[in-house]
Amino acid sequence: MIKIENLHANIDGKEILKGLNLEVNAGEVHAIMGPNGAGKSTLASILAGKEDYEVTAGSVTFEGKNLLELETDERAKEGLFLAFQYPVEIPGVSNINFLRTALNEKREYHGQEPISAKEFMEMVREKSKLVELDPKLASRSVNEGFSGGEKKRNEIFQMAMLEPKLSILDETDSGLDIDALRIVAGGVNALKSKDNATIVITHYQRLLDYIVPDFVHVLFDGKIVKSGPKELALELEEKGYDWIKAEFA
Amino acid sequence: MANYTENELAKDLENQEYKFGFTTNIESDKAPKGLNEDIIRFISAKKNEPEWLLEFRLNAFRIWKEMTEPEWAHVQYEKPDFQDITYYAAPKQTKKYESWDDVDPEMKETMTKLGISLEEQKRLTGVAVDFVMDSVSVATSFKAKLKELGIVFCSFSEAVQEYPDLVREHMGTVVPTTDNFYAALNSAVFTDGSFCYIPKGVKCPMELSTYFRINEAGTGQFERTLVIADEGAYVSYLEGCTAPQRDENQLHAAVVELIAKDNAEIKYSTVQNWFPGDKEGKGGVFNFVTKRGICGTNSKISWTQVETGSAVTWKYPSCILKGDNSVGEFYSVAVTNNFQQADTGTKMIHLGKNTKSTIISKGISAGKSQNSYRGLVQIHKNADNARNFSQCDSLLMTDTCGAHTFPYIECKNPTAKIEHEATTSKIGEDQIFYCLQRGISEEKAISLIVNGYCKEVLNQLPMEFAVEAQKLLTISLEGSVG
Repeated sequence: MIKIENLHANIDGKEILKGLNLEVNAGEVHAIMGPNGAGKSTLASILAGKEDYEVTAGSVTFEGKNLLELETDERAKEGLFLAFQYPVEIPGVSNINFLRTALNEKREYHGQEPISAKEFMEMVREKSKLVELDPKLASRSVNEGFSGGEKKRNEIFQMAMLEPKLSILDETDSGLDIDALRIVAGGVNALKSKDNATIVITHYQRLLDYIVPDFVHVLFDGKIVKSGPKELALELEEKGYDWIKAEFA
Repeated sequence: MANYTENELAKDLENQEYKFGFTTNIESDKAPKGLNEDIIRFISAKKNEPEWLLEFRLNAFRIWKEMTEPEWAHVQYEKPDFQDITYYAAPKQTKKYESWDDVDPEMKETMTKLGISLEEQKRLTGVAVDFVMDSVSVATSFKAKLKELGIVFCSFSEAVQEYPDLVREHMGTVVPTTDNFYAALNSAVFTDGSFCYIPKGVKCPMELSTYFRINEAGTGQFERTLVIADEGAYVSYLEGCTAPQRDENQLHAAVVELIAKDNAEIKYSTVQNWFPGDKEGKGGVFNFVTKRGICGTNSKISWTQVETGSAVTWKYPSCILKGDNSVGEFYSVAVTNNFQQADTGTKMIHLGKNTKSTIISKGISAGKSQNSYRGLVQIHKNADNARNFSQCDSLLMTDTCGAHTFPYIECKNPTAKIEHEATTSKIGEDQIFYCLQRGISEEKAISLIVNGYCKEVLNQLPMEFAVEAQKLLTISLEGSVG
């Protein structure tokens, strides 16, 4: 699905990623954990195509294509989805209109006809149930006046609507209470298939009780320094990151 | 001869002066450049106007001569030479273009993007074309329907001939000739415009659009519009169009007067897209407009405007809330790009008791443009329980443009409630990134964000107009984020 090799990246001249390697195959869930400032969110932003970062070395192949050469919107249309840590508010633009635009742009890119209004509304009804999103929120402005939990649920709702191949969840658990966490995770699990993959970026092991990863990676100082099965997350939870810092700093 | 009075002598002399003092051939289709009383007499004679209207013009001219061009607006431009303008040219049927192939391809592309049909495009650009039977028949049945209801909707010149009493009674009562420099100039030299009268208790069943009128006679650069809704009447009036309008006349100084009598309502919507000048800021129309309405008891006037054109705009559609319980509204989107300058806003004059006004102004600046909101809310001492709510938002698309807000509030009644909210924001890179990450192209993202920002105003426009206005906003701002 995606292969990241020796990725180096700067922001404002400061090197954040220092030779990162990661391979994710279809049907897999990978968790990336690590202390603050390790480069977790930077990785998500670079994969999604945020312009603030400069890739200085390395390569990223997504479904056989050179991801770094694709524009941000092309990456999305190719099937890469980022669930934002801080979803953005767009006043005056209804969630429905926003999603329909996004969906139709994607369909057009793949040479498909725009979705019919009826089909679209059925899809909205079905997918909003997945994350128990109040149907009223679907017609409100994108994220405007949403609570923290509603914003995160809306991210997963959008993910469900856009049916991406690779989803990157950037600190999706932050700011969620335990019930919201269960709902969001339930949505992610329901969307899991043998054809798609998920990268879960998180600080805490908590989320991984609900979204069980196939692999856990520890990102530290711009590199993945340790990988292992899901038990690694528990170990990190127990011991904290200090031993990682001591070992690799 | 015994009855020959001094007055009559004076009149004779005046006529003589007219007869000999003026050298231009009355048969000519064009007045010589420049402005003086003779030119005004010429215009009036050409239009076969009654004496009172000539007097109205001459009076306005005398007032105008004593006035100076206002400089308080936040705009900079080279002042027009008023003696270098031709104030009258007979509306000619000559076509601007010989064939469709001669029309500027960029203009065609813009119109196609706006979703304007090919036939309509040809009409708008003035290409010689066999008239589409469809629109002729639509216009005809449209007129028959209005006539049935007693609604008058015609050119200003026609109204002067056919309904002189209505015109004489109302013209200049809302925007007096002394009002300002451009209004005085317009009053002296206006050549045509629109007139609309809705009789008592009649609700006009369709949107009255200048689209239908413009086919018949080209309106000049000094346009005059008078809309009268008699007691209990209702009308929704649409002015302008979204298609780009190029004009060889650089200066446009229109006057629009709205009169809503007791229990009447006028909704006046404008989409304005005059040529704004090229990317270097050369050329472009100067649009200096005076628009004002007056409300009787329990009546309502609502102005909605979407302005994307003109090099320089100076425009303050206003409401005089004279009758008790009357309501004034102003909804505006003003877009400036490249080197455009706009100084626009409204005046809400509260005279009656329990009067209410709402101002929603959305400015969008891009390129190196300057966009100013200037508004006045005035509560007079007898206007008990007057209420105003103003919201002025500015959206900046680049680091090189400017947004300015000049709100004035004058309150002489302690029972008034006045609220003012203002925001200035830069179009969010994070908003655009969010859209891009969902697979929405940058162009569509900007369109979504800007239309969302203007939603409260666009919602006020009649449906079809709103759709066109949305597209127009997108086109005006194409590639403008920086």
